[in-house]
Amino acid sequence: MNTCRVFVPYGALGTGISDEAFANGIAMNPDIISVDGGSTDSGPYYLGNGKCKYAREALKTDTRKMIVGAHQLGIPITIGSCGTCGVDEGVDFMEDICREILEEEGFSAKITKIYTEQTKEEMKAKLAEGKIRPLGTRVDVTEDILDSCSHIVAASGVEPFIKALKDGADIVLCGRATDTAVLACMPIIKGCSEAAAWHGAKVCECGALCSTNPQNGGIFLTVDETGFEVQATAADSTCTPYTVSAHLLYENADPFHLVEPGVVIDTSRAVYTQLPGGKVRVENSGITKSDVYTMKLEGAGPAGYQTITLVGIRDRIIMKNPQDWLDRLAAFAQAKLDRLGFDRKRYSFLLRPYGWNAVYGGDVPEGYVPNEIGVLLTVTADEQALATQIAKVMNPLLLHFEVAKNRPTPSFAFPFSPAEVEKGRIYEFKLYHVVEMEDPLSMVRMSTAVVGKGGAN
Amino acid sequence: MASIGETAYYVRSKNAGPFMVTVDIFCGDPETFAKISASPNLSKEKIAEVYLVRPEEVKIFYIENLNVIKVSYPRRLPQGQKYERDMHAGQQYVQISELEV
Repeated sequence: MNTCRVFVPYGALGTGISDEAFANGIAMNPDIISVDGGSTDSGPYYLGNGKCKYAREALKTDTRKMIVGAHQLGIPITIGSCGTCGVDEGVDFMEDICREILEEEGFSAKITKIYTEQTKEEMKAKLAEGKIRPLGTRVDVTEDILDSCSHIVAASGVEPFIKALKDGADIVLCGRATDTAVLACMPIIKGCSEAAAWHGAKVCECGALCSTNPQNGGIFLTVDETGFEVQATAADSTCTPYTVSAHLLYENADPFHLVEPGVVIDTSRAVYTQLPGGKVRVENSGITKSDVYTMKLEGAGPAGYQTITLVGIRDRIIMKNPQDWLDRLAAFAQAKLDRLGFDRKRYSFLLRPYGWNAVYGGDVPEGYVPNEIGVLLTVTADEQALATQIAKVMNPLLLHFEVAKNRPTPSFAFPFSPAEVEKGRIYEFKLYHVVEMEDPLSMVRMSTAVVGKGGAN
Repeated sequence: MASIGETAYYVRSKNAGPFMVTVDIFCGDPETFAKISASPNLSKEKIAEVYLVRPEEVKIFYIENLNVIKVSYPRRLPQGQKYERDMHAGQQYVQISELEV
C-alpha cells in the first residue's frame, strides 16, 4: 500500500520546537518536512507593505533544523507563504536565509522558488474576462480596487509543489500558498488517497495545535490509500480523536466543507479512532473536485497614516457615563478643527474608551461604573504630519476637557511626553476573491537553482 | 438562569479569514450540548442582533460528536480596517457567553 510520512515541525515557521521533539520527528523517518510560513491572520499590514512578521533569526533557526534534518535523510522540504504574506520579496528573503544556512553547513541543495504575486495588469485582464468573483465579501472587484492594492497574491494549490518535487527540488519555497497544499503535495505524489491527503493536511497545518500540548513539539502525519494517522512528536504530548477533530473548528467558518484550489474537502462523515501510542486514525474523508479551478486572491493597499494618543481617566463624574463625556469632547474637537480650516475629507478620528466598550463598540451592562478608563485617540489622515497636527489640536482637550458645564477645569493622565505617537502608514485588505483558470500553473512562476557549497551561486 | 458561558466548558472566538468571525461553544458533554442547543437565544436572529449583522448572514453548526456548537458571522468591517477593535476577533465570544441559556 502506498504511504507517505509528513513531518510538520512547526505550526508556523519561526515559532520554534524543542530539540528533542524535532529529533523524534526525524527518527520517525519522514518522506518530507513541510511547514507553512504565513497567513493573513495578523491583519493587512504585512501584505500591504510586503514585510515579514517574524524575526529573521527565528526563521533562520527553524529553517536550519529543517534543512539539516532533511539533508541527513535525503528528503525534500516545502515551505509555503514565505515571508508571512507570500509576496515575491518574501520568497527571495527565504531563499537568502536558505543560502546562508547551506553555506554555513557546507553542502548544496536544489531550491525551487514558486512566485505567486500577481500584477495589476494581469488581474485587470482576468477581471475583464469575468474570471474574478468575491469570496466571503460583499464587494465586487473594480479596476480602482485593483489599482489601490500595493501587493496582490494568489494562494497556490498543490500543483506547483508537485511539479517542483517531481523535478527533483530539495527545497521548495512558495509565495502565498494554502497551508494545506504545502502539506498535501507529497502524499498525493506518492499515490495516497487524495481526500485523506487534503484532510490530513488541514488537520496538521497548525502543527501541534491538534495535539494535547500545542505549546511544544511538532506533528507527524502518515497518509495511506484509505486514511491518515496523526501523532505528536513531543514526548509530553498526545493526539486524541477530540483534539484532532476539534482542530478543524479553529479559524474555519464552516468545519465540514473546506474549499481549496481545485477541490472541496468534506469532513462531515469522517471517522476518528484512537490508536495506541497517542495516535489517531481518520478514515472516510471526502473530496469533491471543483468544476472550475480557482485560486484565492488576497490584496492589500495603503489606507493613510495614523497618529495615536492614550490618556487615562478616573474622574468620578466622567466614570458615571464616559460615552456622554466622549461624545461632547468629540463634538467640541470637531468644531475646533473645522474653525481651524482642516479639510474633513483628508482625515478622520475616533476616541475609544478602554475599560468601557472599546473592544465591543456596543452597549455596556446597565449600572456598570468603571474605576478608570484609557481613552485611545486614533487619527487617520492622508499624510503623517497632518495626522499628528490633528492629534496636537486635540491634545489640550484630552488634557483639560470640562467634566460638566461650569465646573473647574480638570487635568487627565497622559502616560507619555509627547503624548502623540506616530504609527506610520497603515494598510487595509482590498481583495479577498477567487480567480478562475484552466491551468493551475498559469498564475505562478517557478525558478530553480542549485544553491550553497558547490552550487552555481 | 445561567449564561451560555457559565454552562459551557469553554467558549472562544477567532477570525476566519479577514471577513468572517467564528465562535466555538465547547459544551463538554451531550447533556450540556442538548441544553445549550435548545436555547432560544442561540437563534440566527438573536446572534444577528448581538453582533449587529443580518440573520441570513449567520451560520450555526451543531457538531454532535464533539459536543460543540459553532457560530460564524461576517465582520461589520474587514479585519484591520483603520478603526479595528479586535484584530483577531479573539474577544468577541463574550457577547454570546453572556446570553442566557
